[in-house]
Amino acid sequence: MSVAQEFRTGDTPLPDVIILTYKLTREYDMGSEMVRALRGVSLQIRRNEYVAVMGPSGSGKSTLMNLIGCLDTPSGGEYWLNGHKVSALDDDALARIRNKEIGFVFQTFNLLPRATALHNVELPLIYAGVAARARRAQAEHALTRVGLADRMHHKPNELSGGQRQRVAIARALVNEPSILLADEPTGNLDSATSAEIMQVFADLHRQGQTVVMVTHEADIAAHAARVVTLRDGLVAADQQKAA
Amino acid sequence: MSFIDAVLLALQQVRAQKLKSGFSLIGVFIGVTFLIAAWSIVNGVNLYMTDKFAGTLVGVNTFHLRRRPNFTPNISDSTWRSWARRPRISFSDAQAVAEGITVPVMTAWESVDRSTVEARGKKMLDVQLIAATERYFDIKNLRITAGRAFTTQEVRSGAPVIVLGYDVAQKLFADRDPMDQRVHIGGLPYRVIGVMERQGKLLGFSLDRLVIAPALSPLQDLVNPPGVVDALIVKATTVEDMREAMSEAEGIMRGRRHLRPRQDDNFVLETSEGVLNFWAGIQRILVIIGPGLVGVSLVVGGIVIMNIMLMAVAERTREIGLRKSLGARRQDILRQFLAEATAIATVGAALGVAFGVGLSVLLNAATALPARVSPASILLGVIIGAGVGIVAGVYPASRAARLDPIAALRQE
Repeated sequence: MSVAQEFRTGDTPLPDVIILTYKLTREYDMGSEMVRALRGVSLQIRRNEYVAVMGPSGSGKSTLMNLIGCLDTPSGGEYWLNGHKVSALDDDALARIRNKEIGFVFQTFNLLPRATALHNVELPLIYAGVAARARRAQAEHALTRVGLADRMHHKPNELSGGQRQRVAIARALVNEPSILLADEPTGNLDSATSAEIMQVFADLHRQGQTVVMVTHEADIAAHAARVVTLRDGLVAADQQKAA
Repeated sequence: MSFIDAVLLALQQVRAQKLKSGFSLIGVFIGVTFLIAAWSIVNGVNLYMTDKFAGTLVGVNTFHLRRRPNFTPNISDSTWRSWARRPRISFSDAQAVAEGITVPVMTAWESVDRSTVEARGKKMLDVQLIAATERYFDIKNLRITAGRAFTTQEVRSGAPVIVLGYDVAQKLFADRDPMDQRVHIGGLPYRVIGVMERQGKLLGFSLDRLVIAPALSPLQDLVNPPGVVDALIVKATTVEDMREAMSEAEGIMRGRRHLRPRQDDNFVLETSEGVLNFWAGIQRILVIIGPGLVGVSLVVGGIVIMNIMLMAVAERTREIGLRKSLGARRQDILRQFLAEATAIATVGAALGVAFGVGLSVLLNAATALPARVSPASILLGVIIGAGVGIVAGVYPASRAARLDPIAALRQE
């Protein structure tokens, strides 16, 4: 029943398909040998899905994550994001897609240490060209959504690990992206805090947000409604949790 | 990212990394300080030379008939020796020229030396001794504040009378009226008949440390061999008259010296242009050295900024990767780092301007160097400073802009 096989080159994805990859490959030239990190991944993710991408290290999940996040371009195949064929775009166009369509959440938070939570959340809006006043209002709204209304003017070193990751989630949400893309979002957090962050993701998903999360921890992946398992650069399993 | 956002971000960065930014702006700071100060000195000396120096030493519409030029930049030994072989200007030369010029002019003889002046047991060393004729005071604009100048009669008879400069009168007759007192020069007595108005200083040298006695008084024999003068000074009322008088004077002198048409003059007619040419020679050297030094310090400043920016790019690789992942385009990153380098350089230039202006004002007040700040130099200083920042920032900024976001994010 895999939908991907119905897709052919020259087609356009159905309107509710946010992410579509078709025979996506990525090879790295390591000088003496070619490393084939992805060997033809075909995958469709619909609006408001909550998907976990799992796999052991070397399975190609980071490579897939970078391609989905438009940080990298594929060696072959097609990638459609929210109706745009992004596999053939140039650097600046990819930057614009990242800005408008994708909200990143990183394992190491990646907050600017000298800037306040509010300013960190404003960053994507600066590159979107939003005026200062609107920027501030949107950033305050995003921080309120993740429950940090009272920590807006704190700097990262004045916040706990969980709070920092929530600032990062607010930053990812502030542009109202098509997908929230999280790379090991709980990798640097203790289990209590991890549960707290997973609750934030679950709430966002319930509010209609599409979430894609890369993880190697099965209990974290279990929070998602669908788990895609990669092995040796190919999709090994694609399981939908019974509702 | 808008221009204003880029500038604000750059200023934040500069403020956050005070020490590093401080080091990187030193080069530009020194360069611009030097630019402003050197320019002010050249500018100030220039104004001084044209306004005051030339006018004071030679005078407006005035020329001096001399054996050799008085103001001479870098002349060779052989030229100097050939000048030394020239005949001196004799009393009869001076008289013939003064009487032979047909345009209306004032003339005076001048012979100068330096020696000690004594009065009532007090001594003043190294006083300028001038033996001159009576029109000398008018030509040189020397005003008498007490007593009087000497008369034609006194010049002709060689009366041992003397007019004192302000400093000399102050030093030798601090608490009494110098009038009709005696001063001794070279063992001979002179009667004081007048004191001159204070003239102040020129390039740090007092213009009031002088005495003037009649041209035929005993002082003449002290400053020059018998029968010769250092210069005949001729002052006309207009430039045209001066040129006419000069050509007449040249003809008279060539006739008296029996010079054949091909032979060079063995005397000179020196005008204030000569003094200005002398200054122009010095100025030419300053104009070559000045920009050289400014250039060197700005290049060094630029290299320092470039290095610090390269370090900043390396240190902030992760931040650049993050910004790119959030949607920063190459030009956004480029602009950010360019703005930072330019901000550093402009702050350096602004401090340099402030310091340079301060230094110029201080130099002017505390030393003999006349410095005058030129507004153009301030503008140029800021423009050059900012320019150095942009040039030095281009390479690090383009390196930052080209970073691969994945590799940058992975960096620890």
